[in-house]
Amino acid sequence: MEVWKNIKIKRSFRQIRMEKIFRSSLVLIAISILVLVLAFMLTLIIQSMPSIKALGFGFLYGKTWDPVVNIYGTYPFLLGTLLTSFLALLISIPFSFSIAIFLGEYHPRGWFSEFLKNAIELIAAVPSVIYGFWGLFVLVPLVRSLEIKLGVTPYGIGIFTSSLILAIMIIPYAASLGREMIRMVPASLKEAAYSLGATRYEVIRMVVIPYAKSGLFAGVLLSLGRALGETMAVTMVIGNTSIIPKSIFDPGNTMASVIANEFTEAASTLYLSSLIELGLILFLVTVVINIIGKKVIKRFTTE
Amino acid sequence: MAQNINYRLGKSKSFRGLVIFFSILCTLPLFLILFYIIREGIIHINWNFLINLPKPVGETGGGIANALIGSLLIVFYAAVIAIPFGIMGGIYLSENKNSWLSYWCRLSVDVLQGTPSIVVGIVIYFWIVKPLGTFSALSGSIALAVMMLPIIVRSTEETLKLLPSTLKEAGLALGLPYHKVMLRIILPCGFSGVLSGIILAVARIAGETAPLLFTAFGNPYFTTDISKPMQSLPLLIFNYATSPYDEWHNLAWGAALILLLWILLLNIITKITTRRWKIQF
Repeated sequence: MEVWKNIKIKRSFRQIRMEKIFRSSLVLIAISILVLVLAFMLTLIIQSMPSIKALGFGFLYGKTWDPVVNIYGTYPFLLGTLLTSFLALLISIPFSFSIAIFLGEYHPRGWFSEFLKNAIELIAAVPSVIYGFWGLFVLVPLVRSLEIKLGVTPYGIGIFTSSLILAIMIIPYAASLGREMIRMVPASLKEAAYSLGATRYEVIRMVVIPYAKSGLFAGVLLSLGRALGETMAVTMVIGNTSIIPKSIFDPGNTMASVIANEFTEAASTLYLSSLIELGLILFLVTVVINIIGKKVIKRFTTE
Repeated sequence: MAQNINYRLGKSKSFRGLVIFFSILCTLPLFLILFYIIREGIIHINWNFLINLPKPVGETGGGIANALIGSLLIVFYAAVIAIPFGIMGGIYLSENKNSWLSYWCRLSVDVLQGTPSIVVGIVIYFWIVKPLGTFSALSGSIALAVMMLPIIVRSTEETLKLLPSTLKEAGLALGLPYHKVMLRIILPCGFSGVLSGIILAVARIAGETAPLLFTAFGNPYFTTDISKPMQSLPLLIFNYATSPYDEWHNLAWGAALILLLWILLLNIITKITTRRWKIQF
């Protein structure tokens, strides 16, 4: 009896120790995720220090990027990034909102909605390098013939082509979030509007969209964050020149594509660190956009 | 509402038509891409394509065996690194909903999820590649693991949150230690959600190219040594698609089709797991 009791006590001590180890390892991993992100930021800041010190704010509005003579101005890339992202957003919004309204309001169920939902998920699943590849061989000739018709220099590649590809890629983000948000509009609100004699369109315009407004906005923000950081597809079709684009049909470069192209070639410290500073800017901008987006969603869903 | 009711109904109908039109139009590019990749890719895929190495420019034929194996290895090691961290992180977040650490940890996960993949590549370059002095498959795996982590953490957390607390209480009331309750009761109950999160994460990173550019780097030869540069499917597609040679374009089309099929398969498996083992109480 005595022996039995001892074994039992020993075992439970071991269990308690294991339990403590388990609990502390959970905490440790949570801390390590936090540390990982902080270390990310710190690495970027430390590595871009040489260029921050040497170039200061001139880095942001300098109009020439010429590593051969050690001039690093990122205005062309900032402009390229903003142009491609916002153009892509502009193109994608009618589509993503249509899908959100279609799936959230008109037809939440049915075979076609299932099909559409799966198609949207598939759009998000296709790797960006495949979009770039397809764009390079199919979209570029199409855009080139369009440019010939319009009478601008027929590069084919350029800001416009990248925006088209990006627009396709970011549709799913705003669409699926918008659908969730539109679904959460209380039926009683819609019914009240119907009972006042509103048509379906009026219900959507005056009840559904105002109610889901912040959710739709968050979806657009997340799409924007995605578009800003997208690398491969853009790199393949944008043309990769460091000259400031004069029109949307000109080739250009975005911050991400310049890093992808030149990072392994960067020989001097200043060159490398100015590329990393670009990465740092990209990181900070997308982080801020994503956090705002998530905050908006959270507030919307807890209300 | 002074307008005519017919006008208003007409407006309503045409808006509906517009929404349906845009929704259908949106699926068009997807099918164009799928169609084009399948049409261009299918003619190049045969047994030799899968088991041979790429031939130098000028010779026809050749395959993508190095990229195929490389991709599998890189993704496998990434999953091995990310899964334990992801699941444990998810358990922590689902168990501690309101502590300050879980707030910051959740924020970090959001930040990681939004981080552009190219930035992950840069950071891992400085953490692994530069100290070791060589590009390596291992650094590629670590970069991809960082990208997998937030997806796994989030899906684990969301799944475990859905489980009723009575389940945990029952286990604890029987005198089970906490780790056994979590690992033997709670985790198996949420198995489908956790698993589908993992598969989804693998599908998401299998096509990633940008973080591999400065880490795994690519390699025209066959290697299984993870301390050496290694080729992967997305890298091969990128390098060969942007090259001026037709033979290489052909290899890239075949590789694109295989990558696409792989990702499609993973997505279908995710769908099936979530449907098959749906948590029901």
